[in-house]
This record gives sequence, C-alpha cells and structure tokens, in this order.
Amino acid sequence: MDFIRKNPSLPVFIAGLAIFTLVVTFMSEAYGAGALSTSFVKTLGKTLCLALVAIAMDLVWGYTGILSLGHFAFFGLGGYMIGMWLMYARTKLIVVESMASAALPPTPSEISDAIGTQIFGVVGSSEFPLVWMFAHSFWAQIALVVIVPGILALVFGWLAFRSRVTGVYLSILTQAMTLALSLYLFQNDSGLRGNNGLSGLQNLPGADGISQDYISIWFFWASAFALLITYLIAAFVVSGKFGSVIRGIRDDEARVRFLGYSVEGFKLFVFAMTAVMAAIGGALYYPQAGIINPAEIAPIASIYLAVWVAIGGRGRIYGAVIGAAFVSLVSTYFTGGQAPDIPLGFYTIKWVDWWLVLLGLSFVLVTLFAPKGIGGLFDLITHRMSPKRGGAPLGPDDGSLREQEAEK
Amino acid sequence: MTSNASTLLEVSGISVTFDGFKAINNLSFEIGPAELRAIIGPNGAGKTTFMDIVTGKTKPDEGKVLWGDLSRNLIGMNEAKIARAGIGRKFQRPTVFEDQTVFENLLMAVKNDRNPIAVLFFRPKAKDFAKVEELAAEIGLSDQLERKSGELSHGQKQWLEIGMLLAQDPKLLLVDEPAAGMTLGEREHTTDILKEAAKTRAVVVVEHDMEFVRRLECKVTVLHEGSVLAEGSLDHVTQNQDVIDVYLGR
Ligand SMILES: Nc1ncnc2c1ncn2[C@@H]1O[C@H](COP(=O)(O)OP(=O)(O)O)[C@@H](O)[C@H]1O
Ligand SMILES: [Mg+2]
Repeated sequence: MDFIRKNPSLPVFIAGLAIFTLVVTFMSEAYGAGALSTSFVKTLGKTLCLALVAIAMDLVWGYTGILSLGHFAFFGLGGYMIGMWLMYARTKLIVVESMASAALPPTPSEISDAIGTQIFGVVGSSEFPLVWMFAHSFWAQIALVVIVPGILALVFGWLAFRSRVTGVYLSILTQAMTLALSLYLFQNDSGLRGNNGLSGLQNLPGADGISQDYISIWFFWASAFALLITYLIAAFVVSGKFGSVIRGIRDDEARVRFLGYSVEGFKLFVFAMTAVMAAIGGALYYPQAGIINPAEIAPIASIYLAVWVAIGGRGRIYGAVIGAAFVSLVSTYFTGGQAPDIPLGFYTIKWVDWWLVLLGLSFVLVTLFAPKGIGGLFDLITHRMSPKRGGAPLGPDDGSLREQEAEK
Repeated sequence: MTSNASTLLEVSGISVTFDGFKAINNLSFEIGPAELRAIIGPNGAGKTTFMDIVTGKTKPDEGKVLWGDLSRNLIGMNEAKIARAGIGRKFQRPTVFEDQTVFENLLMAVKNDRNPIAVLFFRPKAKDFAKVEELAAEIGLSDQLERKSGELSHGQKQWLEIGMLLAQDPKLLLVDEPAAGMTLGEREHTTDILKEAAKTRAVVVVEHDMEFVRRLECKVTVLHEGSVLAEGSLDHVTQNQDVIDVYLGR
C-alpha cells in the first residue's frame, strides 16, 4: 500500500496498459474485428518496447543524472543476441528439410556447413564465427541477451565511473562506445553479417504454419507484459531509499559520498541494470521489426532516446513511456508517408524530409519552455507545483533537477 | 609521535599546494575521542582545506592522517570509505538534498548498510522511524519531516545537515562554519546541539565568530597560512601576541 501511495501513477498505468492491450487484441486480425492491420499491431508492439527502453533511460538519466547516450547500443545487442538464434534455428530447419530428399542422410558437419553457407554467403563466407557458438541453443542465446550487454555495461561503467567522468564528458564517452560498436558490427568479419545484419527474424522457427497475424499479437502481448514488469521494477527502485540515494547522486553526488555511499557503486548498478532492461526491450523489438543491422546502433538512436525522455518529462516513469510512445508513433506517421504534404506554392513541405526538423525544434522548445515535458500536463490535474527558487536548480551537478522539473 | 588510546585523529606534517600556493604547510593536529575543539583563523587560512584532506576530498602532497585505535592511514581512501569509518562532515554552505523531504534526508543518513543491494531492499523499520524522529526533535524539525528540505530556512537547513551528521553516528564530526548566516537565537541552539554531540564523540568546529567560540567553552586551535599558530583555551590564545597580530588586531 505504501508502494502505491508513493507511486500514485501506478494503478492508472496498469489500467491504461491493460485496456490498451485488450482493445488492440480485439481489433487485431487474429483475435478480433481486424480493424488494425497486422503491420500496425507490430508497430504498436515495437512502440511498447521503445517505451520500455525509455524507462531504462529515465532511470539512468532522469533519476540518477547520468546522461547516457549509449543505451540504444544495449537495446541493439539484445536484438542481435536473440536474432542469432532465430536465424540459426530457422535456417537449420530449412536446410534439413531440403537435404532430407538426398539419397544419403546428411552428416552433422554437412548440415552445419550448409547453414553457414546460407547465413554467411552474403559476406562471402561459410564458416561459423566464434560468436555463433551458442546460436543453436535458444536458452543460451536468451541468457546472452542479458549477459553480453550486462557485461559491456559493467566494464564500460566501471572504467568511466571509477575515473569520475561525469556530465558532458560521460555523454561523449557513451556516444563513442555506441559508435565503436556500430562501426565494428558494420565490418563483414565481425561475424554478424556486416551491414546486412540479421534478417527474417519475424519468422519463428517451427511456426511456419502460423500466420503473422497471430505471431504479431503474441509479441504484442509479450511486449506489454515486459513493459509492465519494467515499470514495476522501476517504480520499486525509485520509491525507497535507493531512489533517495540515486536522486541525491543526480543533484549533488559529492554530498552522497560524504554520507558514506559509494557513488560509483550505485551508478554502476543503475547503469548495468538499465542496460539489461534495454537489452530485453531489444530482444522483443527486433523479432517484430524482422531485421536488425548496425545502423540501428548508430549514435543518433541513443540521442533519440534522450529526446523521447525529455519530451515525455524526465524524472517520472510514466513521462518516459508517454514520450517514447508519442514521439515514435508520430514519427512513424510522418516518415511513413501518411502525412499529407503541405504545398506552399513556392515550396512543398514533404514530411519525410521535414519531420526531423520538426522533432528537433520541438525538443528545443520543450527544453526551453516546458521542461516538464508532456508529463507536466498531468500536473495540471494533480495541482502539482514547482518550487519558487528564482531559477536555481536543486543541486550543483550537471544532471540535477531544474526548478521547473521539481515538485514543491 | 605515536598515537595512543587517547587520540582519535592524528594529523601529522601534512602539506598541500594549489598551483604553487601552499594552502596547508606542515600542519599537525590531534584530537581525542570525546573532545570539542574549535578551529579559528582568518579567511584563507586553510581551515576548509584541512577538512577536505581529512575527509578524502583533497590528497595532501605529504604527511599522514591516522585514524582510530588501529591508527589506520586515511590517505588514499575515498570519501565514502572515510565516511563509513566514522568521520562525518558538514559543509560551509548548507548542503542538503533539496528535492527530498526532511524525512528522506535524515533516513538516507541514518547508519545502516550502505551497499547498493542492501539499500535497494531496505525498508525502514520501527527503529529507523524512531531514530529519525529523535533526530528531528534534537534539531527542532519535528514538524517539518514531510516538507521538501529546499523549502527550509537557511538556519533550518544548517540544522538538518547537522542532524544528518548525527544520524551517521560518526566518531568524529567536522563542522565548517555552522553559525554563518544564523540569527542569535539560532546560534544558541546550534551551540547546544554541538556541545551535546561532543559528550559522546569528537567534534571539530570551524568558526569565525568569537562569541560563538566562547560559548562552546573548549580548546581552540588557531590556524594561519596553513599551519597552527597557537593552541589552548580561548583566553590563552587571544592573549598570544602572534594571534593578536594576524587575526584579532586587524
Ligand atoms: N581547489 C583549490 N584550488 C586552488 N586553490 C584553493 C583550492 N581550495 C582552496 N584553495 C586556496 O587555499 C586557501 C585556503 O582555503 P580554505 O581552506 O578554503 O580557507 P578557509 O576555509 O580557512 O577560509 C585559499 O587561499 C584558497 O583560495
Ligand atoms: Mg572555509
């Protein structure tokens, strides 16, 4: 009960998500009237995954004050890990089937070679790189979804936090990390098919008889469930003393040190935990997207993540969810060619080109004039007010809460 | 010099240089386990820097800082470890977590396991609530527990910070100019809190205001240009000619 008192938005969120899930289900091709196309169900499912990774971003930035511009790298890695199994297992089924008609039953090494040729032919190879050694095992790859991004975050975070890199330098470092990872994956000999990435991920192995109508709604449910769990975990993390300590780190980390808390330990914990959350989001996202390639991990993706959280309102979990959902859906609308062009006579505004400009402008405007973001609209209902501090932020650190973001 | 049972903190021969400027110059200092000590000295004498060194914020160029019965050298330990070893610090400007309530501020400071996992699953028990309430009563903030600490008056913030120090249950309290910006009534309350605290632990108070120091009724160390100029009772040091020259006779 105390938990709900501290998170009044929790029941509202749970109810909202449940209703949304039901509505989508009963409007889907698979279980309902079919008013929503399967591809749109996929878009909605992916949006839930983006909301999930936005919660992770809000924990690390909005609550702990670490402006990480690399969390999409963890998201992408999660996608790669699950993608390897999906591609391997499905290719194996196809290969085995096609060899079944041969006179002699194929040896295991023939099967393996044939799978290798199928998967790595595009990069001119047929050998299985070392990183694929567990790709045959679903459970191993599921474990790697958590382990690989988790370890990368631990190592990176340990190095960065231990040297007390903070503020804009840390942001640059995280951008460098995601850039390096993306450039590495672009290489053909990275073992993950270079710029081709992994594809065909929407086809679940052994589910050829099941239409995408059903698969899409199952993934939608899984995404909604994962989002719910992430929301609950995030609410738990920020509501108790741990929340106090990380908000303290955001506003004034030196003071937290003198209270005897290991600031580095807490940052590392949050960084790695949110990396794992992001990875799980990615593992659910890319089977719905069908393809993952290194461009997904480009530095700009992680910057978008920060933009979503800022537009939604950082430092409140539902703000992150709303920001990610709103911006990514609007972005789909504008970049998908659905938005009508605006003829100005001398020039025609094509939204596909101008959407990014609009997004950038919105970001600047929100930052300057509505720092609470969309989440601030709820304060009108709840009559939550900001303190009057003459423009002073609540602490000396870069990530500290600004006057307008704070609650009186 | 060897430390014995009656020394809690022994600072010997520390020096620190900032950009060629010697802020602390071969400073030595000792304090016992339940002692109240005032440090006075003109602006820039190195009082805050001295605290920075003891609490691990600044690394001295040379010298030793020995702590406790085991005479552990604190130099090289990080701030959090030193704080956990039992040294609490109050900053010159009040620094509390302004976005959090008085209760949250105090609860964060109450002595409990500081490990991230333990903190994550920590839920305050009856004894933690009792401790917070007891502290709040001591610093006169019992009615303010649910208020955001950013809304408190300057004096109340100072007390809250002292309360957070006491909550840590440190063996040594370093208090930097606690009375700055306080009204006369607030100052008296502050002296009472500090004197009470010094009954069970060591307290070092840096202060400018002579009246405040006189009310503390304790041994005084005069700092000047990074080293000790004189030490003794307030009357003793105020009669010292060097002290009069550099500090009192301005
Ligand atoms: N981080 C620093 N960098 C450069 N100079 C410093 C730094 N900290 C303190 N100083 C200098 O050291 C001297 C002592 O400062 P401080 O310890 O704050 O004096 P006090 O607290 O006694 O007024 C001052 O001259 C100050 O300018
Ligand atoms: Mg000072």
